[in-house]
Amino acid sequence: MEDFASAGANQVGDPQLQRIIEMETQKARFQALVHNLTDVCWEKCIDRPAAKLDSRSESCIVNCVERFIDTSNFVVNRLSDISKRSSPIN
Amino acid sequence: MTSSQKDQVLQELRSQIALANAQELMQKMSEKCFKKCIYKPGTQLDNSEQKCLAMCMDRYMDAWNTVSRTYNARLSREHSSGGLQ
Repeated sequence: MEDFASAGANQVGDPQLQRIIEMETQKARFQALVHNLTDVCWEKCIDRPAAKLDSRSESCIVNCVERFIDTSNFVVNRLSDISKRSSPIN
Repeated sequence: MTSSQKDQVLQELRSQIALANAQELMQKMSEKCFKKCIYKPGTQLDNSEQKCLAMCMDRYMDAWNTVSRTYNARLSREHSSGGLQ
């Protein structure tokens, strides 16, 4: 997708078109993440599919998404701390 | 590039993204609902399995929409508070 976006728009040299393509690409990236998060949180929160998504499952999914994002931020920050600490300062 | 050529490029891009999105959803739904509904694969999909699959697909869509809403709200929150993104 990114290849298409950058290659296509740069070739055209059309900033407006490039902007639209970037927006569409970002939307696609958002959707890909939603697919991934739904996969993860479905496994955590849905035991047996019922006739309705009950409020317990729904709030489980909301918490699951929030904590997953927290987790990935935590991992990024901690890794960056570790790499700063272990890199030679002199 | 003429504006009709541009429209064509954008339309092509959008339909490719929509197709990829639909394929991803179909693949996930099949995998997840097979796991939830088909315990012992028999000689055919029986009635209760089909009912379970239909319900599972609806719930998967609900879950997808809840995730999408939550993630979107989180992004705009972090955006406005000057966090990541």
